[in-house]
Amino acid sequence: MKLVIAIIQPDKLEEVKEELYKSEVNLITVSEVLGHGRQKGVTEFYRGAKETGNLLRKIRLEIAVNDSFLEPTIKAIVAGAKSGETGDGKIFVLDMKDCVRIRTEERGSPAIG
Amino acid sequence: MNSGDTAWVLVSSALVMLMTPGLAFFYGGMVRKKNVLSILMQCFIVLCLLSVQWVLYGYSISFAPGDGFWGGFKWAGLAGVGLEPYADYSATIPHQAFMIFQAMFAIITPALILGAFAERMKFSSFLVFILLWATFVYGPVCHWVWGMGGWLRKLGALDFAGGTVVHINAGIAALATAIAIGRRKNLDKNIPAPHNMPFVILGTALLWFGWFGFNAGSALAANGLAVNAFVVTNTAAAAAGLSWALIEWIKNGKPTIFGAASGAVAGLVAITPAAGFVSVIPAIIIGVLVSVFCFIAVSILKPKFGYDDSLDAFGVHCVGGVWGALATGLFASKLVNPAGADGLFFGNPQQFLIQIAAVAVTLVYSFVVSMVIYKIVDFVMGVRVGEKEEAIGLDLTQHHERAYTILE
Repeated sequence: MKLVIAIIQPDKLEEVKEELYKSEVNLITVSEVLGHGRQKGVTEFYRGAKETGNLLRKIRLEIAVNDSFLEPTIKAIVAGAKSGETGDGKIFVLDMKDCVRIRTEERGSPAIG
Repeated sequence: MNSGDTAWVLVSSALVMLMTPGLAFFYGGMVRKKNVLSILMQCFIVLCLLSVQWVLYGYSISFAPGDGFWGGFKWAGLAGVGLEPYADYSATIPHQAFMIFQAMFAIITPALILGAFAERMKFSSFLVFILLWATFVYGPVCHWVWGMGGWLRKLGALDFAGGTVVHINAGIAALATAIAIGRRKNLDKNIPAPHNMPFVILGTALLWFGWFGFNAGSALAANGLAVNAFVVTNTAAAAAGLSWALIEWIKNGKPTIFGAASGAVAGLVAITPAAGFVSVIPAIIIGVLVSVFCFIAVSILKPKFGYDDSLDAFGVHCVGGVWGALATGLFASKLVNPAGADGLFFGNPQQFLIQIAAVAVTLVYSFVVSMVIYKIVDFVMGVRVGEKEEAIGLDLTQHHERAYTILE
């Protein structure tokens, strides 16, 4: 079992979701986060004062998968989020010790899907 | 000159001015949070742009005594539009009071259209489109219905406060632009939810409040007719708000605040042309039925035909406006306003036919010319933002600012 955490550009969320559904990965958690990228992002102006170098808005996805779904999940995220420019984001893959479905108290692999 | 009338028209002008920022919150709450500033900015800049356009030449095109089609440039720069009354429009208030009251109508009308192409139009193209539309659609249509020598006015069409000039005119232009610009991306899988419903309600309240100036102010005097307009306006809005909520309750199981607010706005639209010609019971009928028609338009017709009128500018303003204009031909009574006419239910079927003619002419003219203006602007500079810009949102891509922060 793996936990996939991906940080992507907000405008790529729709495409990533689309790709994930195609790979039959339907269970995702999405949150809006701030992060320091290496790129500048879209410059903002407030009454003429230029704002750059700030934390940038990103989308964080969390997806728990069984091992056989890991590569399809990674491929789907890359397919949806990749533009080739700086700032496309990162994918982190973590070993996952256990998983519990609260409703049934099932444990491990069967609890994921 | 009457000081009471002058005071009322000035206050009414200020009330109608507030409707455009009110509309900004009404529409702004309905879009996704990445686009809310673009809506506020579009409404706000229309207020700035057309305030200037109106005194430079807009008022002259609409109201100078030109030919049947338009007023021409005789009053450009307010030449000859002074502080004495101009009796053909309003004998008891300064001419400039009438002018500034009308300015507020000329401002909010084009702003109504932007609900149709919300979340996907380039700001630069928006400015050009709105200026051309105000010049070539609002100017002439306003002159036909309200201007001295206007041909629909001569025909006897009744439009007390702008059902034809404002709501049908803007509403059908909204349909034209929604069709021309096309649907937003990813609409089928992901229907965007309004990002701030309290804004929608705040906007509705400001519109309702401002509408007292819009309709009761159109009496152009502090008199009984203004009171009649005030009473029927409030009544129709209330009846329509109730009606829409009830329709939802029956059809979808629960009444929503969005529905009640939409109904109230539809009721205000429908009573606009009738406000100075009908009494209070017809106002209730007009209000109850407008929600039925508009509900059908936004929940059945729009999905069926597939046009993306994002915020239902067509479904509420055009459909409600057409019903209001026709209802004026049904319920108008000389007992309410001796200067008006009797409608079908008061023994004058001819008036109903005149109303149909005025509606049809406005629908056709505004749709065609709006479409032509859109196509010209699209050809010269492109109207729609790129796919990436649409995905990021107009606030950041068109204005380099955003409405909300996450931290701090």
